[in-house]
Amino acid sequence: MNRQAQAAVLFLLGAALLHAGATNLYLRYVKAGLRPLLLVSGAVLIVTALMTLWFERKHDKQGPTPEETNEHHPPDPGHSAPGHDHASPRISVSWLLLLPLFALILVAPPALGSYSAVRSGTALQPPYGYAALPSGDPLPLSVVDYASRAIYDHGRSLAGRRVQVTGFVALAGDGTPYLVRMALNCCAADARPVKIALTGRVPPVLRPDTWLRVTGAYTPRRTTDPVNGGPVPYLAVTAASPVPTPADPYDESWNQ
Amino acid sequence: MAPSRPAVPQAAEPLPAEPPVADPHPTAPRPAPPHRTDGWHLTSPVVLTLLLLVMVVVQGPLRGALSAPVTQSWTTVFVAVVVQALPFLVLGVLLSAALAVFVPPSFFARALPARPALAVPVAGLAGAVLPGCECASVPVAGALVRRGVTPAAALAFLLSAPAINPIVLTATAVAFPHDPRLVLARFAASLLVACAMGWLWQRVGRPDWLRPPAHASHEGRSRGAAFWGSVRHDVMHAGGFLVVGATAAATLKALTPASWLRAAAGDPVVAVLALAALAVLLSICSEADAFVAASLTQFSLTARLVFLVVGPMIDLKLFALQAGAFGRGFALRFAPATLALAVLGSVLTGAVLL
Repeated sequence: MNRQAQAAVLFLLGAALLHAGATNLYLRYVKAGLRPLLLVSGAVLIVTALMTLWFERKHDKQGPTPEETNEHHPPDPGHSAPGHDHASPRISVSWLLLLPLFALILVAPPALGSYSAVRSGTALQPPYGYAALPSGDPLPLSVVDYASRAIYDHGRSLAGRRVQVTGFVALAGDGTPYLVRMALNCCAADARPVKIALTGRVPPVLRPDTWLRVTGAYTPRRTTDPVNGGPVPYLAVTAASPVPTPADPYDESWNQ
Repeated sequence: MAPSRPAVPQAAEPLPAEPPVADPHPTAPRPAPPHRTDGWHLTSPVVLTLLLLVMVVVQGPLRGALSAPVTQSWTTVFVAVVVQALPFLVLGVLLSAALAVFVPPSFFARALPARPALAVPVAGLAGAVLPGCECASVPVAGALVRRGVTPAAALAFLLSAPAINPIVLTATAVAFPHDPRLVLARFAASLLVACAMGWLWQRVGRPDWLRPPAHASHEGRSRGAAFWGSVRHDVMHAGGFLVVGATAAATLKALTPASWLRAAAGDPVVAVLALAALAVLLSICSEADAFVAASLTQFSLTARLVFLVVGPMIDLKLFALQAGAFGRGFALRFAPATLALAVLGSVLTGAVLL
């Protein structure tokens, strides 16, 4: 890849990072806190592309200086005369950068969903403590918050409350419907599901990966995750309605 | 397209117009013969434009092909690993270009003890001040070698920096609120293994194993041109290897059943080996690996310490990055030795501290 092509790839890559960081696209892949770094590095990549072209042009105008003629030869093939391209039989590894570029710009895959959730065990872990719940009916709770209160606090703080939980649907091998949120620490590679099993007035037809806002009440019934044996609480559903995918599809409460 | 890496390190010396016939490093990419450019050629900008056009045209069918759950989850993890690592890679590359262009070589000669045996632990401890993950440390270590730092010390820095910096240690403390000794154990074991690898390299390492990360010399170019040239080259080069690592990590995450882990956790020896292998295969950023280790609750603390020490030192992504920065011959020798010492060092540290 000669330097003009490299500048083009750097520019596109920088633009893709800026686009992902400026919209909510990046939240499908990494934690929210990475946004400033994404924007800065996207800008750096674009500046690098522009500086590459700028020095190419300057170089073109001045022509090679005596010292520079040394560099035109094997020691730095990337620094060959502008516009000239070495037709090397070797595939330069830099071409691989086009793969994430295409994946990010053209495909923009969705956040991890039911496929990953069913394949990995629940990541529920004992919380450091329980904050007092605000008043309100129904009470909005995250999947992680409901699950840890139901399991490790035995639902004490949930007694007599109507709760409202938002997550996506995943169906276990035996057909048990789960409401799931993937919990994330850094990027989707370390995302792990936290699951709530649904009982009561569950909608008759559930499609995996549909986002639902479920209203219901605590029930002491619990089960274990078939994958890792982790605890999975039940939620007695009274109503469920489909909602659009939230801006941040992951639960990041463990980052705070 | 040209190989992005020069084959011979001495950049400042005048060389014949034709590439050398006898290549001293058979594994190194051979420079292409200078090409005549007076006719129509498939130059890389043309190839790039054609590729972009084709991809835009086929994006509909491509999306369809990638809509199966397994390919979709693979693509998501692949993009996530790249998007997560790229900012740190860019910052590391900026730092390494600044080191290479603006800091005179004499600075490192003064800052580090002259005796390599002493320079190794000093460089290892200096790793504590680089606040980043392993993607940043590879280009910085490459710049250190280019600036004349003894390779043993630069390698100690390469191995310790991603594991013992304040950000990573804080993340470890947050992930293991009930086991503060694990933070200490991680620091001690990582520093121990990094120094041991430095000393080992100093005793048995041979200079010709390490293909120096050659760059164009900066003579005759302005500092600005040298700085941005170095940034461009390193991002393109290391970025390519990052993609290789992300591919491997995504494949593992999307295809391996998690139930295998449960079987491995039962036996203490198997547990240690399994988590060492997992650290290598998963290629998680060192700023995030503590949370993953915390989630592996079925495993012993020592096994999880192994995971935390091995991961920042050697994994698939790092292996690809190291092969890109120092040569495949180096990476093939360095990686197994690092893995063995890291497992040994963290099991010993775990036996003492945990």
